[in-house]
Amino acid sequence: MVASSAPVEQYNYDIVRKFTIMALVWGVLGMTAGVYIASELTWPFLNFNIPEITFGRLRPVHTTLVIFGFGGSALFATSYYVVQRTCQTRLFSDGMANFTFWGWNLSVGLAAISYMLGYTQAREYAEMVWPIDLLIAVTWVVYLVIYVMTLRKRSQPHIYVANWFFIAFILATALLHIFNNMAVPVHMFSLESYSLHAGVQDAMTQWWYGHNAVGFFLTAAFLGMMYYFIPKQVGRPVYSYRLSIIHFWALIFLYMWVGGHHLHWTALPDWASTLAAGFSILLLMPSWGGMINGIMTLSGAWDKLRTDPIIRFMIVSLSFYGMSTFEGPLMSLKSVNALSHYTDWTVGHVHSGALGWVAMVSFGSFYHLIPRLWGTKMYSEKLIFAHFWLATIGIVLYIAALWVAGIGQGLMLRGFDEYGNLAYTFIESVSFLYEPYAVRAFGGALFLTGILLMFYNTMMTIRKSKKEQAEIDAKVAAKLANA
Amino acid sequence: MKHESIETNAGLLIVLTLIVISIGGLVEIVPLYFIESTIEKVEVEGKETIHPYSPLELRGRDIYQREGCYTCHSQMIRPFRDEALRYGHYSLAAESKFDHPFQWGSKRTGPDLARVGGKYSNEWHVQHLIAPRSVVKESIMPNYPWLMKSLNYKNVRDRMRALKMVGVPYSENTAEYEANVKRFGEDVAKNLDILRAEENLLAQAASGNYDGKADDVTEMDAIVAYLQLLGTMVDFSKFDDGHFADFR
Repeated sequence: MVASSAPVEQYNYDIVRKFTIMALVWGVLGMTAGVYIASELTWPFLNFNIPEITFGRLRPVHTTLVIFGFGGSALFATSYYVVQRTCQTRLFSDGMANFTFWGWNLSVGLAAISYMLGYTQAREYAEMVWPIDLLIAVTWVVYLVIYVMTLRKRSQPHIYVANWFFIAFILATALLHIFNNMAVPVHMFSLESYSLHAGVQDAMTQWWYGHNAVGFFLTAAFLGMMYYFIPKQVGRPVYSYRLSIIHFWALIFLYMWVGGHHLHWTALPDWASTLAAGFSILLLMPSWGGMINGIMTLSGAWDKLRTDPIIRFMIVSLSFYGMSTFEGPLMSLKSVNALSHYTDWTVGHVHSGALGWVAMVSFGSFYHLIPRLWGTKMYSEKLIFAHFWLATIGIVLYIAALWVAGIGQGLMLRGFDEYGNLAYTFIESVSFLYEPYAVRAFGGALFLTGILLMFYNTMMTIRKSKKEQAEIDAKVAAKLANA
Repeated sequence: MKHESIETNAGLLIVLTLIVISIGGLVEIVPLYFIESTIEKVEVEGKETIHPYSPLELRGRDIYQREGCYTCHSQMIRPFRDEALRYGHYSLAAESKFDHPFQWGSKRTGPDLARVGGKYSNEWHVQHLIAPRSVVKESIMPNYPWLMKSLNYKNVRDRMRALKMVGVPYSENTAEYEANVKRFGEDVAKNLDILRAEENLLAQAASGNYDGKADDVTEMDAIVAYLQLLGTMVDFSKFDDGHFADFR
């Protein structure tokens, strides 16, 4: 029997590698789309009278590629890695795992193309047309089956805390996806459909979905990521086991109530939005419970901040998590929301969560993961440092610019002159946005440059790994020939 | 029960998680279907004034969604003094009760459109949609010159039937038509008749001539017809001050 230097791996890392690469691909494409639409708002000639690339059609391309393409693939990659490592068992089924890979990436790709062609459900973050929704539903059920069956064949008695968050994320996403996308197609062969709910009920359902896309897709699941990769990278156990229990149950319970804060002062009945605001304020506690647990796990390894860029990504991500989960409850107060709603403050808030927390913790986790997946060191540590600074400065510019834009526009629109007339026309507030929009586009471009460096660094690492593998294979072959 | 029993039992973890994540949505969404005051009654002389879209307006609304107008324009006026001066009376839940999906929006990169109907002329809308900066110099809205192409209205009946399935009262037989006459009046009921959809669509485009081109029914006809309807279905002068506040 000929010995192979690449035996069958104990764990299925192949699926983790594939999702890791796709996360970076979607990240680059989605963030490019983001910088482009930010530029369209600043310099509208960039719409070029081409239907496919106008702001209205590209905006869902950006959100879908980043949230579901980048974020989703990052979660598939890390959850498949974490569940295998913490259960000390191989994934339940390689074939089913591959199915989720193709099902998910096909959904994301088709969604982006269909929006550009004008096919959309016109529901924020749920724009996919009904056939894509069905493909996602099937993919998601298979994902749930793989995850549960892998948990069931674990060789550890305990299910590690990261997996609680991943399982809650999978279950909640299934629930949200199904109930928010119920619709009747125009025709069996038409991509278009009309939603089952209308008006006020539809609005509540959509924002129940929309905010929990943030709560479960972009938070609970990334907390799962945090609970594995931060202790691993610093080599210390999770700070408080008890805190993780309390904040897990509180977080998943409370999040489901808060969507109505997107509908303050609208035609949604007061009781519903008030309830949502109350729960939003309560939500601060479990959110900070997670942040504190993460930061206290890092604490004691502060010296590594000087030398380890991965820990820098992690500490910055937790800081942004704490910041944006404080800002969120603040914006859910009705009086603050009266100013902030409909303005760029909301957009800035989303990005401090999505870039500052979600993307940064993903970058940190990937820089930890990639060398282990390809059995070599990262091609360049300098590029990781460069990525860190580009991303951090990019976010700060982005958020600061949109604070100025949002609060500024909010104040202008509610301004009165001494006679009690409106002080500004709407278009005057649009002119005011020009400079903050330019800074925002620049900040976004810095962030994009960062992920481009990461993409290059990863590709070079993979190349290096292949070269090293080839050298080992050659040596083994030579030894065998001599023997 | 110790937490350890949950951590060591995947089935229990899943069941408990499902229960915990279901409560919020059940409490907040389900009652909206049963509490009657959620949607205001808007009746003048025994007729409901808020009615489903005509075939042409419906196609206009489809185009509004296709182009992603909701990413920059809200259709939900809040009860604030500045919004009342800028846009008009705050929006009622009833005004979007036939909207599948709702288009309240979440961002005002451009102004709210909930009551844009009748505010500008058809000519202004056409010019503005084709080249926004030719009428508002500082605008950052994209140009939409392709809306001048012919409107595809082949499957308008299928669209109305799909909407009927989700509860919009379009009529397909005499009994349903008569019910609509009673509910909305004859003029409106005629436009809700699925079997006369194409005929009605062409008639509205011809009489409205929204795009200024008499020979062709364009997407511009449809979207301008839709925009001109927005916010016009409630005549607030017919109601006492504070009447609608009772519903909040």
